Amino acid sequence: MKYLSRYRRHRAAAPILLLFALFAIGTTFSVASATTTPEQSEFSRSTAIEEGREIFLKGCSSCHGLNLEGSAIAPSLLGVGAASVDFQVGTGRMPVADLSVQIMRKPPVYDEKEVAALAVYVASLAPGPEIPTDASLNYERDGSTAEGGELFRTNCAMCHNFAAQGGALTQGKYAPTLMGVEAKYIAEAMTTGPQSMPVFSDKTLTPEEKLSIIKWVKAVEAEPALGGASLGRVGPVTEGLLVWTLGIGLLIGVAVWLAMKAR
Amino acid sequence: MSSELEIIKDPGVPAHIHRQADLDPKAEQKAERQVAILFALSSVGTLLFIYSYTFLSEDLFIFFPILGTTNAKQLFLGLGLAFALFFIGAGAIHWAKTLMPDEEVIAMRHEMRSEDEDRRELIKTAKQGAAAAALGRRSLIKRSLGLSLGLVGLSPLLLLRDLGPLPGKKLETTSWKTGTRLVTDPGDRPIKPSDLEVGAVAQVLPAIKEGGHRALSDIGKDAVLLIRLRQEEFQLDPERLEMTYQGIIAFSKICSHMGCAVALYEQTTKHLLCPCHQSTFDVTRAAKVIFGPSARPLPQLAITVDDEGYLVAQSPFNEPVGPSYWERNSQ
Amino acid sequence: MTARERVAGTVANYVDERTGAAKWMKKNLNKVFPDHWSFLLGEIALYSFIILLLSGTFLTFWFDPSQREVVYEGSYEPLNGIEMSAAYASTLHISFEVRGGLLMRQIHHWAALLFMVAIVVHLLRVYFTGAFRKPREFNWIIGVGLLTLGIVEGFLGYSLPDDLLSGTGVRIAQAIIQALPVVGSYLSFFAFGGEFPGEAFIPRIYTVHVLLLPGIFLALITVHLMLVWYQKHTQYPGPGRTEKNVVGYPLFPVYMAKAGGFFFIVFGVTAFLSAVASINPVWLYGPYTPGQVSAGSQPDWYMGWLDGLVRMAPPIETHAFGHTISWNILIPGLIIPGIMFTGLALYPFIESWISGDKREHHILDRPRNVPNRTALGAMALTFTIVALLNGGNDIIATTFNLTINQMMWFSRIGILVLPPIAFVVTKRLCLSLQRADRDLVLHGRETGTLMRMPSGEFVEIHEPISAEKAWTLTQHEQPVPLELEDTDARGVRRPGAIKNKLRNRMSRAHAVAVPKVSAQDLKEIEHH
Repeated sequence: MKYLSRYRRHRAAAPILLLFALFAIGTTFSVASATTTPEQSEFSRSTAIEEGREIFLKGCSSCHGLNLEGSAIAPSLLGVGAASVDFQVGTGRMPVADLSVQIMRKPPVYDEKEVAALAVYVASLAPGPEIPTDASLNYERDGSTAEGGELFRTNCAMCHNFAAQGGALTQGKYAPTLMGVEAKYIAEAMTTGPQSMPVFSDKTLTPEEKLSIIKWVKAVEAEPALGGASLGRVGPVTEGLLVWTLGIGLLIGVAVWLAMKAR
Repeated sequence: MSSELEIIKDPGVPAHIHRQADLDPKAEQKAERQVAILFALSSVGTLLFIYSYTFLSEDLFIFFPILGTTNAKQLFLGLGLAFALFFIGAGAIHWAKTLMPDEEVIAMRHEMRSEDEDRRELIKTAKQGAAAAALGRRSLIKRSLGLSLGLVGLSPLLLLRDLGPLPGKKLETTSWKTGTRLVTDPGDRPIKPSDLEVGAVAQVLPAIKEGGHRALSDIGKDAVLLIRLRQEEFQLDPERLEMTYQGIIAFSKICSHMGCAVALYEQTTKHLLCPCHQSTFDVTRAAKVIFGPSARPLPQLAITVDDEGYLVAQSPFNEPVGPSYWERNSQ
Repeated sequence: MTARERVAGTVANYVDERTGAAKWMKKNLNKVFPDHWSFLLGEIALYSFIILLLSGTFLTFWFDPSQREVVYEGSYEPLNGIEMSAAYASTLHISFEVRGGLLMRQIHHWAALLFMVAIVVHLLRVYFTGAFRKPREFNWIIGVGLLTLGIVEGFLGYSLPDDLLSGTGVRIAQAIIQALPVVGSYLSFFAFGGEFPGEAFIPRIYTVHVLLLPGIFLALITVHLMLVWYQKHTQYPGPGRTEKNVVGYPLFPVYMAKAGGFFFIVFGVTAFLSAVASINPVWLYGPYTPGQVSAGSQPDWYMGWLDGLVRMAPPIETHAFGHTISWNILIPGLIIPGIMFTGLALYPFIESWISGDKREHHILDRPRNVPNRTALGAMALTFTIVALLNGGNDIIATTFNLTINQMMWFSRIGILVLPPIAFVVTKRLCLSLQRADRDLVLHGRETGTLMRMPSGEFVEIHEPISAEKAWTLTQHEQPVPLELEDTDARGVRRPGAIKNKLRNRMSRAHAVAVPKVSAQDLKEIEHH
């Protein structure tokens, strides 16, 4: 975090830090009070599986089948792993509300405990990619921003755009923006390849490299506007729009004033 | 055009209406003050510019609505300069509008064409000159001059020849040889088929010697995309199927249209999309073009594994990669 | 004589004895310029050009036009240790280490976009008011030349930083060069000093961008302005304005103060944009390498219509006798733009051929009074706008929940269907506006006051318009179509009869107009 440490001595650093700290404490509290994480209360694994099975039968089996075998409208979940369940259900994409071109992120239907139980259940029937641990996602400590940027531009930018703002795919599908997406979900998306997104195997894009990508995305997300309003970071289209509206508009306005007779 | 059409007459330039500042000394003084204030605002802008340049820290970020959190030095340098310039202009224009004479003046125009007499004299002079030089008669001189002028133009053209080498076979060849390993880009790690799950992609380049360096012009031809599908999803003829390995298929990433990197792979539809001009290729049908301006599929690289089980090229590309060109035999 | 006057006198005398400038100055300080906001659009372009020269010179002090590979070690952390070209590294250096460098980069880029906007808006003003007519055809052609050069110059500038976006643009330009029949691959190898991207291109286009093209620009702009000066400015129709005079303000002091002040305004607004809005954040794009690309890769707007045409082109290539011709590149990338710019440059001659009008014109047309020209302009504009929209189809699609496929089909069909519709609609609109003018002259202005007639019916009171207004609305000529005979006096068919017939027809279409108010009309009105 050398990049941020440049601002450490800044006059505004103290109040900003204070705000950050308050925010962090508040968030921790709300998260902590909302959930008693499975690790804490040390569920027995079988209880979790049983609970997950019940949720699955109620909420998922109608499309994905009683035994995860899938159906005409939904894929089989055998071997998708806990990571996939955590991504799909944790980001609210599943259960799906409407079968449009693309399933979008929305507030999750299940709470964290239920998501965890579902994940354990699905993974128990056929193993697959696991949910990355918090320790493996410490992008503030590990990884390299610059390397992450390089990897991002080779593997991700063509769909998600150079600044991770998202972009268009065919027939109305799109790569969503990565701004505000939690590190865990970015990691899970890379390993499981949800919807249109391909899978990035751990052998061709190692976990360390994935962490670097996350680190870079987070750095871009935190990067303040260096040259003024960012105009959406989508390239020359918005720049052209601004120059054809505000730019020439202001000048024509002055020209009209200039040519108007004074009273 | 009959004259009865011209029934509405030109009333002439309307009478001048005096401005307040022309009649009322108070209004005049007020306008003078306004101009001075505008000029003074410009000086304030310059002071802001100097202050920002000298004293503002590069690390200071402030929040502004609409702009978001933005760099204060950049913002205030710009605003200082903007004010400094804008208000000089505003002052000058306000001055011209309120205090300088505003009575419209009429100037006359003259037709562009020269007087007949001037034209006649020009023709005479030209003819005299031509006659003196006997241009009409000395055709030998005329022809040889024409020849030499034509030829002398060749020298600068010829001088441009060394701008670059001739294309030769360079557009047809890439670094891929039989047995060249596919390595990850970036990272340079060799890949085993088992490293790729179904639905996985990998950006790859040909392996180079330890410590070697890739030129951008090589990457511009060598870049390849690996995609793993279920074997049964392919709709390939046997020859093309032979070029895949256990459901892994390799395409040149350089678009057959204009050379952008085509790497937007949609796992659900098995389509590849080029972000530049939106040519869409169907991976299951050997990158057949199904939408957009590209007229050719992406070249496919034949792959297999070597003794150690790493993916290698079976053979070089069997057609030139990248955009079309005149000498390309695309049949 | 005051001391100041004495000093000024001495200096003036010194200069005049050596240059004889007094005579010329005396005449030209009183030069009259008509005042109208639309006459300042060209000035915006001129001033943007000066801003470009100033800010560009500043940038050259640090910019290193080289594709030599370096490892970045600057203050922008997310790129540290990355291999990149010296050109890109020095652009980052200007942005982050040179104080005010980013501001100047942004001023340069915004000024470039504004330069092109101003040129286009100025061109539209000149076109729709018919200012290109005799004797100003040369200046029109120079203007078209400046527009074309501006596009090239802008594209080269966009390419110089060697970031991922600009490299993608260069790649596409290279593909266009390479697609040229017979010579394509040779030209490409010459331009790039070998294979794309090589290491020669950026240094070469740098020289073209900062020396060759600005030099040509300066020369053309000088001629452009000298012609405006010499031919005197056109003026809008109005009371007292004739083909023989020019009504306005003297150069000194009024116009000098206004035009000089406006330069500072343009510079100030450009600086303001650069302070508040980021442009071309190259540090986010990363260095160029051919294996990478970003979603939504677009050129700047003045190239966007070209990219849009390329995107919508049908996938056609000819493969024959061992050769390939890429119509999907040549048609949208060279042939259509070629036709557009040639047509644009030749328009004054085409129109005068159709109308048969060979006279000088200094009074501008009101666009409605030349429906055919206005409609043609609207048609060309519609074509370009559809192409431009398609150039940003991916951004538009994601913003408005459309699909790129829908956008593409909309453009492919729209580019054929919408321009003719625009033509018809505009022509009709012009004629209705003419009719409205006629009504205004005949019946006066609607006052909104109702009066009850003895018969009980309500009528709105109309107030006659001023003599000035009436003149402005009726000063234009009623166009007369050509009537070229296809046989001569003895009834023998002339050569070129079909050509004449065509010319007659076009001339008739061009001369369509609502009849002007006649004495007969006025008499009829009096009877009411």
